[in-house]
Amino acid sequence: MVVLKMKTISLKVNGITKEITVEDNELLLNVLREKLGITSVKAACWRGECGLCTVLLDGIPVKSCMTLAVETDGKEVITAEGLYSDERAKKLMESFVKHGAMQCGFCTPAFVVTSHYVLTKNPEVDGEELKKELNGVICRCGTYYQIYEAVKDAEKYYKKETKS
Amino acid sequence: MSNKYVGKEVPQADSWLKVTGTLKYAFDTFFPGTLYAKLVTSKYPHAKIKNIDVSEALKVKGVIKVATGKDFPYRLGLYLSDRDVLAVDKVRWIGHPVAAVIADSLEAAEEGAEKVKVDYEPLEPVLTVERALEKDAPLIHEKLGEYRVFPGFHPIPGTNIANLFELKHGDVEKAFQEDDVVIIEETYRLPQISHVTMETQNVLAWWRFDDYVELWTSIQSPFATRFLMADAIGLPVNRIIVHAPPAGGGFGLKAGLGWEPLVALLSKLVGRKPVKLVLSRAEQMTSAPVRDGFIAKVKAGFKRDGRFVAYQADFYLDAGAYADYTINVARTAGYSADGAYDVPNVHVKSYAVYTNKIPTTAMRGFGHPENHWALELTLDRAASVLGIDPVEIRRRNLLKPGESVRATGERVREDEGDPQKVLSVLAQALEPDHVDRPSEPWKVRAKGIALLVKAPSQPPNAGSSAVVKLNEDGTIDVLTGNGSMGQGTPTSLAVIVAEEFGIPLEKVKINQLEMVSTDTNPYTWQTVGSRGLFSDGIALLRAIEDAKNQIKDTASRVFKVPVSDVEVSDGYAFSKSHPWIRKEIKEFAMGYTYPDGTTVGSPVIGRGSYAPVLNTFLDASGHGSNTVFHTYGGTGVELEIDLLTGEVKVLRAIQVYDIGKAIDPLLVKGQMDGGFIMGLGSALYEELKFGEDGRVINPNLINYYVPHFEDMTASMESYMIETPQKDGPLGARGVGEHVMVGVAPAIANAILRATGVKINQLPITAEKLWKAIKEQKPELIEKAQKLFFEEGIKEVQQV
Repeated sequence: MVVLKMKTISLKVNGITKEITVEDNELLLNVLREKLGITSVKAACWRGECGLCTVLLDGIPVKSCMTLAVETDGKEVITAEGLYSDERAKKLMESFVKHGAMQCGFCTPAFVVTSHYVLTKNPEVDGEELKKELNGVICRCGTYYQIYEAVKDAEKYYKKETKS
Repeated sequence: MSNKYVGKEVPQADSWLKVTGTLKYAFDTFFPGTLYAKLVTSKYPHAKIKNIDVSEALKVKGVIKVATGKDFPYRLGLYLSDRDVLAVDKVRWIGHPVAAVIADSLEAAEEGAEKVKVDYEPLEPVLTVERALEKDAPLIHEKLGEYRVFPGFHPIPGTNIANLFELKHGDVEKAFQEDDVVIIEETYRLPQISHVTMETQNVLAWWRFDDYVELWTSIQSPFATRFLMADAIGLPVNRIIVHAPPAGGGFGLKAGLGWEPLVALLSKLVGRKPVKLVLSRAEQMTSAPVRDGFIAKVKAGFKRDGRFVAYQADFYLDAGAYADYTINVARTAGYSADGAYDVPNVHVKSYAVYTNKIPTTAMRGFGHPENHWALELTLDRAASVLGIDPVEIRRRNLLKPGESVRATGERVREDEGDPQKVLSVLAQALEPDHVDRPSEPWKVRAKGIALLVKAPSQPPNAGSSAVVKLNEDGTIDVLTGNGSMGQGTPTSLAVIVAEEFGIPLEKVKINQLEMVSTDTNPYTWQTVGSRGLFSDGIALLRAIEDAKNQIKDTASRVFKVPVSDVEVSDGYAFSKSHPWIRKEIKEFAMGYTYPDGTTVGSPVIGRGSYAPVLNTFLDASGHGSNTVFHTYGGTGVELEIDLLTGEVKVLRAIQVYDIGKAIDPLLVKGQMDGGFIMGLGSALYEELKFGEDGRVINPNLINYYVPHFEDMTASMESYMIETPQKDGPLGARGVGEHVMVGVAPAIANAILRATGVKINQLPITAEKLWKAIKEQKPELIEKAQKLFFEEGIKEVQQV
């Protein structure tokens, strides 16, 4: 029988630091969804294939279904609703809304989080590079074209930031 | 008066909740103390259940109960009650749920499920349609004759035929024998594919202590679910309360009746505690239904001038172990087999056949991706044999609105849409005769088209209803039964309300809490078949009219003018003859109150409902009137084939639909592009693969590949034709499913036209296409290889 060890981790989620007791095999996905009630983090495969559970961990996109909670001790997680307070990300979201870059919306938070990361890294991202960066998140409704347009249209907000 | 909102690009009403991830799906519904269920599934395709030993499972810490089929002796289904809640007596496919373990955590339930021991006595499995139809084939449903059958369906007890639908029109035999008739005979196939809704099926159920049953479920059909479940387990309909939050994708998977009865009964079994079942991706692709496998054996007769004179088709749908929805898929493929064409002689037999494989159900456009794969490929084969252009052969055979009669005997309505215009716009945009040079000499550029037509496939009484409530400040709350799964219909309904009252869109709220609940929302049969905007839209317009009449009645008394003189628009009620006599509609929302307190009228609440007019079941020859509207469409593709690898890259997509009225072009374009992407997946990649024992061997998103971002077609063009549907809401027709129907045939037709290579079976993987070219046109590959080497030598020489 596997003996699970409990560990208390300190995790900053969307600006608020929490002390959370987790089992050592517990996934970040479960901690976020079930312990913290952050349901913007979706799951559709539970094994790293669909990208819907993507969150920013210290600014880098990770699949929370492939990340152990104990690995995130002392780190910072940002999810889609956490990005609302970022002015550039809010403009990015606005661009998603304007371009109709969503249908059922189940994958949308993962696309918002990932494209925010891509634009932060390089606001002048090449079109083919952008597709490659977003290739890890699946949208079954097939809104790729609209998402592409939305992200391209939001580049300008991220460029400003770089200049100032 | 120009439209303020109708025809403008309006984002979905719940967009901001979606971009922030704060829209609540059934998946996101949690209650403190919720228990988790886990399925135990069959390891055999066909076997008797001899014994189920749950003793070890019950020893697992956290496990509360284990339910088996004997606990729930109910039969389930939409058109045919062929389903068990959990397997009773025997299992019918690998993945068939045999037991369910309920525990206080998912981990405990999973551990318990592994410890349930089932003894089986294997039976001979029936794994192909061909075997299932043999006289000595084992029966998969011995009690087929005892199941409840919806009117208009014909199961054949004592066989594995869940339904046989037949359509007869004219005399095909005679037509085939006429002089001057060229005959095309082909067998076409489609594999089973998975809907892959991103939100897997999930249900949270609570059998309450007052014997009301409450469910939160990811579903397209709250009312049908409530009725079917009540009927199956013997409860009054209103004892069941179905909450349907927005679904993370539906595509037909979440129509009909799903896992709700099982989870509700589990809740009752464990002492009325809430229980949640969430399917894993693997369970979704092995234990839950998928799209049918399809075989079409067709014989088509064309005159030398291209006239399509006879069509004989035998359709066999591999329904898998349950066919409760698929019998209607087969019927639909059958009655609409003649597509957009005027064919004087038609004979179709469409069989839904049981096999010991994963069960099947509705999927986006059901029946039409199937029958159009056969029909539209046949058209291009005929064009190629007769030396007629693919556009021209279609032009000569299209149905004529107001004149033609379909094979079902239904007259083509005058206001049904303009199929000739669809074809012209498609041909103009694509220019099928002008093909650019390929990007490399060993590649081939190709263009292809397919047309389609589709009506919602629904019972003759499939109704809808709507309620419009005015609030004190003149804002309006709208309730419909139309569910949200990304198609955006609720937004379009809100747009209609804002337009009709002439108030800002922000003042209209549709479906409170972004949810349809059977306790609060008015009835809609199901949100399926591209029927929502049409059916719920008509109901809504009637509710708007009712609300306006209430306002007019009060206003006429206040204005002291006849009711007939009062109009409501632009946010006001006013006298038509004395337009300066007017008041904002909010003055009448709760009845009109004079300064002294005297009130006339009362709170405004409008109601409206709709059911199809004079629709019937189809008779034994497939004749009758069973449609409410048809939408015509066309898909065009430009693609490049790499002759060295067989890889197909679609460069350009053109979608043309006569949708009557584009109430929200942003959402329509989204459907057209998204449907194309889904169609592309089914055309090039998607196939559930079966092992020798009938098990699905690729139940995950790596081995079952759906389109990803990099598969996006570079150019996506959408054309919306607006020939008004007289009885449609503001002239509109549905289009949500049509958008995937033409994609695969257009791609196969492009390949045929550019290379002469026939592909009769999806998906067109690189391997399959390369093999087909090698077999049918080996010279193309030889030439391509030569060119590739020459190019390589040139490069080396340059270095």
